[in-house]
Amino acid sequence: MSRDSSISSLVWAGVLLLLAACVPLVANGYWMSIALTIAMFTVLTTSWALFSGPTHYISLATAAFFGVGGYLVGTGMSDFGMGFWPMVAIAPLVGAVLAFLIGIATLRLSGVYFVIFTLGLAEMIRTLVSWIQNNFTGSRGLYVLTDLSEADIYIYLVILAAAVYFVGWWVNRSRLGFALRIIGNDETVARHVGINTAMSKVILFTFSGFVAALVGALIAPRYTYIEPNGVFSPELSFIVVIMALLGGTGRLWGPIVGVIPFALLQEYINANYSNYSTLVLGIAFLVIVYFLPSGVVGRIEQALARKGRSTW
Amino acid sequence: MDIIITGLLLGGTYALIAFGLNLQYGVARIMNLANGEFLVLGALAAFWIFVADAISPILTMLVVAPLAFFGNWVIYTVLLRPLVRRAKTQGHLEVDSILATFGMSFALVGIMVSIHGEYFTYSYLAEPFEIMGETFALNRIIAFCFALLIGGLLWLWLYFTRPGMAMRAVSVSTEASGLVGINVPKMSALAFALGGAVTTMGGTLISTFITLDASVGVIFTMKALIIIIMGGVGDIRGAIVAALILGLVETMVARLIDPGLTLAAAYAIFVLILLFRPQGLFGRRPS
Repeated sequence: MSRDSSISSLVWAGVLLLLAACVPLVANGYWMSIALTIAMFTVLTTSWALFSGPTHYISLATAAFFGVGGYLVGTGMSDFGMGFWPMVAIAPLVGAVLAFLIGIATLRLSGVYFVIFTLGLAEMIRTLVSWIQNNFTGSRGLYVLTDLSEADIYIYLVILAAAVYFVGWWVNRSRLGFALRIIGNDETVARHVGINTAMSKVILFTFSGFVAALVGALIAPRYTYIEPNGVFSPELSFIVVIMALLGGTGRLWGPIVGVIPFALLQEYINANYSNYSTLVLGIAFLVIVYFLPSGVVGRIEQALARKGRSTW
Repeated sequence: MDIIITGLLLGGTYALIAFGLNLQYGVARIMNLANGEFLVLGALAAFWIFVADAISPILTMLVVAPLAFFGNWVIYTVLLRPLVRRAKTQGHLEVDSILATFGMSFALVGIMVSIHGEYFTYSYLAEPFEIMGETFALNRIIAFCFALLIGGLLWLWLYFTRPGMAMRAVSVSTEASGLVGINVPKMSALAFALGGAVTTMGGTLISTFITLDASVGVIFTMKALIIIIMGGVGDIRGAIVAALILGLVETMVARLIDPGLTLAAAYAIFVLILLFRPQGLFGRRPS
């Protein structure tokens, strides 16, 4: 863990992000679209893992926050005549407030309650939003028309990824990160040494809600047409969990190791065998639980440790 | 009045499903998130056999129950027992079993979609039936009666037989029941299999009056979980009351406000319970 928080790892991350920012210079339409998907999931999984990695709380609320972000941009621009950027500023704040309230209500309790609550959250918000739309605002579809290209959105997401990495790096060094690691190891011990366990968890959960809503808002122009059923798709939450756990949540950069291969796999399955995408998600979960309990990164580190080298 | 009776009828079936999950979570300590998929499997079997041979879903249930029992037994012994052995703490097992059963749930949905991707629609006993001057669908009443029958038999078994007593002992404490000579692994597998069978029978019953499709299982898993948490884990009396409350509230919201808001209503109950009585309706606060 301490190696994650060194200055050199920050420099490395900076170099990699600069390289990532150069992708639009070489990628064409199809690959640009895949790069955008990868960037989106990188931000989502990394911020997810910041909270769920150390605490072992499995949050399935990503789709809810993401949907809130996308929907707010859509409704703001179509129903209330707002500009794109003001809505991008408002959306993450709403996401953060929502996450804070959910955190306060559920994080004092055991993990199962939290999983169950977040599981249906996106579904509940979706039904509420559809109900409000049908009865009050009238319009069913929402248009997000901007002159942003996919490459523009991609760059914003890479900048956001950089910000999330920096926060993660800083949290790992801080007292908050230390507290979270103790909570993850043994919550009772954490409470007895005087850590405000609920507050520490709520802070990070709020941050992940903030980021997910921001991603949802930023990526809204990509879809042009926003529909509650689309942006609140619960599948997104599961994909984020799979990607993060596949890579491994023990390291800040672990999730991205899972994001790239799984995003490519999904792209391939959806293009060729779209009927089997649910089955693939199921198998991915089982593979993680039975063969990669600490992710690919964890496996590699185990293998290196067995060889007696611990350079990483 | 109409709303109250419809709500109670629906609640009775919910109680049966929650009973199944309660056995799996309370005794076998597995939070089975694939539970709803077994419910849908029961419904799919009923639909299939009814459409092919016009055989009553009630008869189908007799065939489906042992199959589901066997299937769940295999799942527990092959897939879940290694996780139980591997887990160092209860929390660790919880995370592992949640992820594993999510995997099973998705895999089952994937398989069912490829078998039958559309709605399971059939019409069984959709005849009017009169209670106190108002009419109700006969299939709902039949489903309620069978739910009552199955639940009642299970209750008798749990409270008046030796294996039933052993099972209740395991749900109180796995360690202590091991010390007094109860075969805990065997009891856990039995509870898990029994829970799966009960849920599947519930699915067969529900399919007589609600149209399901392959991907709807997760909604029922959530309802069952909300009921269990509301009633208190392992508390049968609490689960029945909670199921009836959920059935009533859902029916009320659907009739009086908007059918689209039933899930939101179930959630509102859940949040209230989490905030004010996280130990369940009749549970005591852990000291």
